[in-house]
Amino acid sequence: MPAPERLRALPPPPRSLADRAIDDVRFIRGTMERAVSFTAVPGWGGVLMGAVALFAAPLAARAETTRGWLFVWIGGALLALLIGASNLAQKARAQRESLLRGPGWRFAMSLAPAFFAGACLTWVLYAAGHASALPGMWLLLYGVGVTAAGTFSIKPVSMMGLSFMALGVLAFVLSPTFGNTLMALGFGGLHVLFGLWIARHPHD
Amino acid sequence: MSNGAGEVDKLIHERLRLAIVSALAVHESLSFNELKEMLGTSDGNLSVHARKLEEAGYIACKKSFEGRVPRTDYVLSATGRRSLERYLAHMESLIRAVRDR
Repeated sequence: MPAPERLRALPPPPRSLADRAIDDVRFIRGTMERAVSFTAVPGWGGVLMGAVALFAAPLAARAETTRGWLFVWIGGALLALLIGASNLAQKARAQRESLLRGPGWRFAMSLAPAFFAGACLTWVLYAAGHASALPGMWLLLYGVGVTAAGTFSIKPVSMMGLSFMALGVLAFVLSPTFGNTLMALGFGGLHVLFGLWIARHPHD
Repeated sequence: MSNGAGEVDKLIHERLRLAIVSALAVHESLSFNELKEMLGTSDGNLSVHARKLEEAGYIACKKSFEGRVPRTDYVLSATGRRSLERYLAHMESLIRAVRDR
């Protein structure tokens, strides 16, 4: 049996050219995907956004009028949006990513149409007396925006978007009495869950 | 550098240089710091490999100032893009050759 020193001195076995070629193609694809991904999605910011929704849900449930319920949720949404946007900008700055060009800009622009549609439909449905459809519409459209933005970002973002969409559909199927609970589950639970995931695995 | 039909382009066969060219292939331009962060490498390592690519005409470098801070931006040249495409085609033909065996 050769001495350990001799074993260590032996060169590693040569790898097949095809294996190296597969590795190289994977490497090129991986580098390109990372290069066009927006990775500055804030994990803890998401957790805070979720906490706002979890705080808003019982308040909204106690509201005596539809208008009061709407004010609580819109107030919560604006606060969460402010938290999310400032955390996003802060993380992007720290990672030297720009929100005004490249993946950051595409990420923001994918979210914007769904948010705009959500704001318009909120006004239309409330004015038409269909406020009970708002939780389903909000969850579904938020999910659409996040899923679209997720194509330019890390995997958990798309998964969170799809989960929101599923809850939105569920809100339309179930009785309107579940609307507030589903909002808490979605805007609260999903944000906290995926926020923690992103905070612990920022490059998944 | 060798671009013959049966030879691998040794210049971009090296991992960091391949990563620089791949990242620039999907961005109009990237600054030195953006590339460094993206590829998780050191200043010195990136400088050395970027210079080799620049000398071969694969990438072009533009130096400017952001206020008082110097800034270096890289872009992939047409030669660099063609080399990456040739390199990819070469790797794919190697994979196909083994699969068809």
